[in-house]
Formats: sequence, structure tokens, C-alpha cells
Amino acid sequence: MDQAVFVFDILLPALMQGLVVTLQLIACSAPFGLALGIAVAVGRQYGNPVVSWLCKTFVFLIKGTPLLLLLFILYFGLPAVGITFTAFVASVVGFILCNGAYNAEYIRGALISIKEGQMVAAQALGMTRWQAIRSVILPQALRRAIPGLSNEFIYLIKYSSLAYMITVIELSGAGKLVATKYFTYTESFAAVGIVYLVLVTITTVAVNILESRVAVPGTTRAATAAQL
Amino acid sequence: MNNNDIVLRVEDIHKSFGGNEVLRGVSFDVRRGETKVFIGPSGTGKSTLLRCINQLTPPDRGRVWLDGEEVTNSGARINYFRQKIGMVFQNFFLFDHLTALRNVELALLKVRGMGKAEAREKALTELRQVGMEDWADHYPAELSGGQAQRVSIARALAMDPDVILFDEPTSALDPELTREVLEVMKKLAREGMTMLVVTHEMGFACSVANEVLFMENGVVAEQGSPDLLLHDPRFTRMKDFIGRIDSRMED
Repeated sequence: MDQAVFVFDILLPALMQGLVVTLQLIACSAPFGLALGIAVAVGRQYGNPVVSWLCKTFVFLIKGTPLLLLLFILYFGLPAVGITFTAFVASVVGFILCNGAYNAEYIRGALISIKEGQMVAAQALGMTRWQAIRSVILPQALRRAIPGLSNEFIYLIKYSSLAYMITVIELSGAGKLVATKYFTYTESFAAVGIVYLVLVTITTVAVNILESRVAVPGTTRAATAAQL
Repeated sequence: MNNNDIVLRVEDIHKSFGGNEVLRGVSFDVRRGETKVFIGPSGTGKSTLLRCINQLTPPDRGRVWLDGEEVTNSGARINYFRQKIGMVFQNFFLFDHLTALRNVELALLKVRGMGKAEAREKALTELRQVGMEDWADHYPAELSGGQAQRVSIARALAMDPDVILFDEPTSALDPELTREVLEVMKKLAREGMTMLVVTHEMGFACSVANEVLFMENGVVAEQGSPDLLLHDPRFTRMKDFIGRIDSRMED
């Protein structure tokens, strides 16, 4: 078979289909992963002892076990107790939990770095703790968490390939199917790798733009972001 | 003295940190429009006293009353009292991610529930009060210490407080910047704002204070008009303290 015919008529269409699934997985996971990360970080840092302990334990469990295991439990294990997810939904739930737990740690680090005076000043104006967290602490902490969060987002792009292990034919899975069917391992996997590289490159550029957009004027962060 | 004139009453405040008793029973009344200045060596509980008044640091014992209502043990209503008791900090504590204008607006929007246009109008008015309206769109990192402190005064003023607590407002500033902040505070005092000021600025105390409270070891050791404490031979401790500062400066 002609190499060009293989690439343009077989490999690329298959990878594009897989890419669409990968993008769907990411789009469904990332926003909720961010929301979960914020909730868990705030809960751990500012919640009452019970909430704080729950958040800490959640992060501990997710950090301490492989994501693949989590996906297996969600997809193969839960039907035994009457909860059945489609493979796609199980993947998304697993990614949200994993992404959320790691995001929580980045955000918690940023929360700790905000000086106590910010909370004190907000409370001295009559704000409740919750109002102060929402309007004063989080906007500053999230800015500081961007580098870590973007790192985790890039991990999400790559570990979304684990969905293939529970039968979701996403980008890596599509590449694997083509590779085994046509015995074109090198070409297929190289092409898959290039698509991931492109995704990560786009993310990196987007994060740089975001970072300079939200940088607070007059800070060193703003100066560094402007140089990029 | 008419009792209705008393806007803030502080009764027998005690506070310990660990085994260290920082405040050992401090009481005083503040009349509306009065400026009281607290002077004394470091570590004698002056800043802690201010924080006990708006419950940022809950006192172990004693009570605080604002306009006849108890501030201590007020539960969730403390957030109402904190609007009425403004506070200005040594290190400004401006919200770093917001412009000067947004710093002043924030509590108007979130706490007072004001509309956007009204809050903006009020914030600009307060910035004008402290001579910072031209800097409304600048961020804290772009302001000098004196400018930042003036914005933080505007932020406190915006809540229309009954009294403002100043916790060493000029201690982080050089003499030039100190002067611009003190000018604003003098203006407020002249306009009838009720102020409690912890400071080491004797010049300010003498020219503005209705009463000076000299604190030592967690109690008010001497109390009276600046003139009285400085010149009446019956009072010696504050003069000793100031003498010690002066002789150190001459070295």
C-alpha cells in the first residue's frame, strides 16, 4: 500500500476521530476538576476539622493510588454494587477525581502563600470569612496557582489516554488500532505523539497569554509575563 | 459629660497569649469626635488593644460597647460592628489584586450591598478625601507607602464608621511619607472623625490628641491631655519614656 494513501486515508482520519474523543474527555473533565480542586483546597484550608479531614483524606487516597486502578474500579467494579457508567462517563469521573485532587494541592499551596493581612483587612471591613475567601483570597491564590494548574492540565491531556484501558477509543486507542491492524507501529505512534505535542504546545501558549492577561500591574509577575 | 456623647466604651479588657498577659485590665470611654492617642513602649499591648476592640483578637475578659450595643459576644453581628469600627494597619493590607478604587469599593459592594454606580461614586469621593482620586486605577504595587496608606484610610472611611482604629499607621513609612499620612489624619480629626491612634509620633499626639493614654505593661499608666502629661510634674512616666527615645536619637 502506498504510504501517502495510508497516512491520509487511514491513519489521519482515525486519529482525528480519536482526537475528538480525547478533546471531549478533556473538555468534560477539566472544568469540574478545577472546581473540585478549589472546593477541596478551600475545604481543607478553611473548613471545620471534619471537612478539612475529609478533603485531606480524599487527596491522600487519590495521590496514593494509580489512576488506572481508579478507572478499573469505576468501570468494572461499580456495576457489582449497582452503579453502571458508560466507559466515557467512568473515564470522565476518574479524571475529575484525579485532576481535582492534584489541583487542590496546587491551590492549597497558593492559599497558604497569601499573607494573613489580606484576610484580617477583609474581616476588619465586616466581611465574613467566606466573603473574604471569595473576593480577596481566592482571586489572588488562583493567579499564583496558574503554573501548577497548567502543569496538571497538561498531565490530564496525557493521562486521558488511560481511557483506552477501559475501552474508550480516544487518540492513543485509535493509534493503537491502526498500528496493530496495518503493522505500522512506528508511523502510527509517532503520529499520535505529534498530536499530543501539538495539544501541549497550544496549552502552553494559551497559559502564557492567560498569565499575562491576569497579572497584577506593578508586581514582578507582571514584569516576567510581559517578557514572554 | 453627657453619657450620649460616648460612642465607644471599653471595659476591663484582659488578653493573654500563652502565659504572657499582654493586657491587664484596660478601660476607657471615647466621646464622639474625639481623638485618643496611645503611646508606650513596644510590647505593651497597644496593637492588641485595638484588635480586641473590633474582635479581630477576642479578649479573654472585658467588654466593648459601641453606641450602647455590646460588641463583645455579639456572634455573627460582629460583622455589622466591624463596618462601624474602621481599621487602618501598619502595613496597609490593601487587597493586592485590586486597584485603589476597587479596594475602596469592595466592601461597599459585598458587605453593604450597594449598586455598582453608587459604590463607585462613594469610593471616588473617599479617595478625593485623602487626595488619591488621580491614582484610582493604580494597583497597590504601583503606589508608594504613603499613597497606599491613604488609600487604606479611604477604604475604612467608605464604610461610614463611627470610629477608626489606627494601628501604627506611619511606622512603616519614612518621614516624608509619614507627613502626608499624618496630614490626612489631622484633617479627619478636624472634621470630627472619632479616632483611636496607636503611634510613636509625639508631634501628632500633641497637636491632635484630645487625650493621650500612656500604656506600660498592659495597663494605662498615665492618661490626660498631651499638655498635662508633658508638663505637669505629677506625671513622670511618659516623660521618662520620651526622654529615653530622644536620648537614643541623639546618640
